[in-house]
This record gives sequence, C-alpha cells and structure tokens, in this order.
Amino acid sequence: MSTLAVAESGGGVGRASGFARTWLPAALVFGIGLLCWQWIFPDVLGVKPFLLPRLSDVLSALWENRDALKTAAWITFKEAFGGLILGSGIAILAALVLARWRPLGNALIPYLIAANAIPVIAFAPITNAWFGTLSPWSKIVIAAALCFFPVLVNTLRGLTSVHPSSIELMHAYACPQRTIFWKLRIPAAMPYLFTALKIAAVLAMIGAVVGDYFGGSTESLGVQIQSAVALSRYELGWAAIVVASVIGSVLYGAVALAERFVIRWHPSVRAVD
Amino acid sequence: MSAQESVVSISGLGKVFPKGGVTALENIDLGVQPGEFISLIGPSGCGKSTLLRIIGDLTQPTSGEVLVNGKPAPQARLDRDYGIVFQAAVLFDWRTVAKNIALPLELLKWDRAKRDARVSEMLDLVELNDFGSHYPWQLSGGMQQRVSIARALSFSPALLLMDEPFGALDEMTRERLNLELLSIWAETKSTVIFVTHSISEAVFLSTRVVVMSPRPGRIAGVVEIALAQPRGVRTREEPRFFELVTEVREMLHAVETEAELPE
Repeated sequence: MSTLAVAESGGGVGRASGFARTWLPAALVFGIGLLCWQWIFPDVLGVKPFLLPRLSDVLSALWENRDALKTAAWITFKEAFGGLILGSGIAILAALVLARWRPLGNALIPYLIAANAIPVIAFAPITNAWFGTLSPWSKIVIAAALCFFPVLVNTLRGLTSVHPSSIELMHAYACPQRTIFWKLRIPAAMPYLFTALKIAAVLAMIGAVVGDYFGGSTESLGVQIQSAVALSRYELGWAAIVVASVIGSVLYGAVALAERFVIRWHPSVRAVD
Repeated sequence: MSAQESVVSISGLGKVFPKGGVTALENIDLGVQPGEFISLIGPSGCGKSTLLRIIGDLTQPTSGEVLVNGKPAPQARLDRDYGIVFQAAVLFDWRTVAKNIALPLELLKWDRAKRDARVSEMLDLVELNDFGSHYPWQLSGGMQQRVSIARALSFSPALLLMDEPFGALDEMTRERLNLELLSIWAETKSTVIFVTHSISEAVFLSTRVVVMSPRPGRIAGVVEIALAQPRGVRTREEPRFFELVTEVREMLHAVETEAELPE
C-alpha cells in the first residue's frame, strides 16, 4: 500500500507521505488517548479526580513541581541506571564464565533458573536492612537483581547456540577457546544480549521505583509518588508517574539505539533500514 | 608412493561410531599426490564425509593412520595445513565479505596491509570484486559459497577439503561454480579432496574419482579421469566424458546392489 502511495505522489512528497502513513496510526492513537484523558474520562464518563486526574491538571502539577520532580527523577534515574549496569554487567560476566566452563554451567544453571522464580521485589525491605534505608545502594541492588536473570539466561543462550559448523570452522583453523569467544560466540550472542538489555532497562526502573516505596531518600521519585498520593495530591502523584515513564522510555530507547548501531547486520535491525 | 611426497596418506583407516557400534569406515588406504583433485563419491552412509572430516581432524579415527604433509592429522590442523568448505557457506553475518575472507588471515596474525592485499586478490579470484563491503545476507547462495571458497584459500593452504560445497545450489549455478573452481584450482595449484553426490560433477572436476561402498564404508574402486586439462564447457560434451560417467555410475550401481543383498 505504501509503495503505491509513493508511486502515485512521487519524489520527496511521496517519501513524506510514506513516513506519515507509517506513523500516522500511532500518532492518532496517542492523540485519542490524550483526548480521553483530558475530556472523555472526566466530563463524559465522570471519572473522579482521585481515580484519574484530568491531563491538564497533571501537566500543571508537573510544571509547578518541576524542581522537586527534576531532583527526584535524577535520584531514581541514578538508582535504575546503576542497577542496570551492575546487574547486567555481572550477568554478562557470569554468562561468559558459564559458557566457557560447561561443567560449571551444568552444575549451576538449574539453580539459577530456580532462583529466577524468586520474587526479587520481596527482598526490598531486606536490602534496606543491609545497606540502610536512605542509601541508594539498597535500590540499586534490587534493580540489579531484577536485571540479572534475563540478561544471564539470554546471553548464555546466545553464547551457546552457535551453529556447530561455525565452531568446526574455527576448530579447523586451530583456534583456542579464547579466540572462538572473541571472534564467534560473543558477536553471535549480541542480538540475544540486546533483547535482554531492553527487558532489563524496563525492569531496572521498576526495581528503583518499587525500592523507593519501601523507604528511600524523601526526594526520590518513588517516595514522591507515595507521599503525594497519601496527601491526596493525585495530580502530583500522576505527574511523578509520567516522569518515571519518561525515564523508563529513555533507558529503553538508549538500549534500542545502541542495538541498531551495534548489530546493524542482524535481521531484526536491517529490516528497519 | 612414500608418505613424504604425498599430501595425504591414509593407511588401514577405520572408524566405528561408539553410539550403536556402527562401522562407518573400514580398511581405507588412499594416497593423494600434490596438485591432485580427488572426489569421494558414494551412496549415503558410505562414510565419505566422515573420511573427509578425519583427514581434517574434525573426527577421530578408531584405527589406522592419516598423514597430511607427512604429519599426523592433528598436527597438520594445528599447523593450519588445510582450508575447509562445508555444504553451507558458514559465513559470519556480522562480517562483511572482505572481513569473512580475512578471518583466517587475522587468526594467522597477518598485518593489515598484507591482509587487505590478499583479500582483494581473493575477491578477484572468485569474481566478487564489487562485493567486498557487502554483508553475506546481501548475496545469493552461489555467491556466498564463493566467499567461503575464497576464505578457505586465502592463506594458500596445501590442501583444500570440500564437503559437498555445491550440494545446496541449483544446477546452473553449480555448473558455473564447477568451472570457476577448476580455474581456481589450476591457478592456485592446490590439492583438493571433494565430497559429492553428483557423478557428473565428480568426473568433470577430478583427476581421480574414489567410489565408496556403504555399511561398512570401503573404497570400492578408483577411476582415473584422464580428460584433457584445462577443462571447459565442451568437456561435458566429449564422448570420453560420458564413458567415464558411465564407468563411475556402473561402479556405484554395483556397490548399491551389493549393499542391498542380505548378508
């Protein structure tokens, strides 16, 4: 359909209309969402402000409290980002070790998979006891623990699901294991790693905000949401949620951007180009 | 023939797979001289691929001896004495064509300038000059296999092992690549061991065709292919070509009938 449109209108106009056609449906849905939030829910359906405050009220609360929210955003962003780096970093190293020494992997993987079933969030009060309620580390550790498993499992799968012929090729060239990792297993694992990192980026933000709920710096985003709601300042609570969503999207977007750059060769990315 | 002057010298080779105790190969004796083009042909289960993999030290024999350039096969592998081409091109998706060809050279620690010079020579050889900066997925199956051949030959190994390299390609592409392989072989003066299912391909390419029988895999006979070199499109139309194809085919039929008889 879109190629037809390009052929009809031709040239630069055609490209612009192709672009519009690709993004128009999504933009339309976004607009309808905002419209519902602003008018349909409060005016037509009579949704009460404590259930969902009007969009313009949330936006003005966002503007009025911009300084406090900016500080809160920065604190929680640091917690989420620290957790993402720490959790993913350890998971990648662990995946490399487990893929390199298979017997060790075979011994540990069942337990790692079982550990994956632990609701990490349940540990939030405990990490507060470990690191101190006001310490950012108690939240970073929760965010890191949430990121750890998906990154470990996916990276390990990527490192080990290399085509046997590729391994034989490297073997024919008398490559040591280290070279096989550098030239073959690690590049082959990149698409798996990025899939995991995109999941982890979202989980890190969840970990940081929920970690805040269990007690954190009074200036953090999670505490801001909690106290605003406790004081019935719903529009401020929603404004903080909007900020948290934006941070989550930025983290995700950064990983997705890095992915497009690093694995330009992969089908998932080259289809977009 | 002495082991010294042979590129490959196989004596009393046997292979029993531990799983189920299947005898894949039995009593294989074969010598390959420098510059020869040897095809291994036979019905499925005759162990021709296994034999190739043993020569390349990718599988271990249970008995007998394989010498490559006068050395045991594992030492020859460590010395990087051979290049290998599989049925699939086995190119790395994240490397461009040029970088795929350069892979063995990187592993041999050639410097950048030397590598680049050789890669452009190899691109020339397989007629892919304009495709060095393409990625494997941007090429057709036949082109990918040419990249794979260029990679295997890039470091001028004494021996080229090819395991049904054109098996997955259509007939037209296959015949064109056969011609190309022959001219590469003439140009590089390498020794080739080539596994195939196709009788005409084996006869067209080889200096000798080794016909193998299944269960257990044995050498049933060797056909000398005394067709004039260099061979070209016309070779396939010569009466002598048909005679040799018939000779190989009859040997294969005999082998298969024998295999079907109850013991």
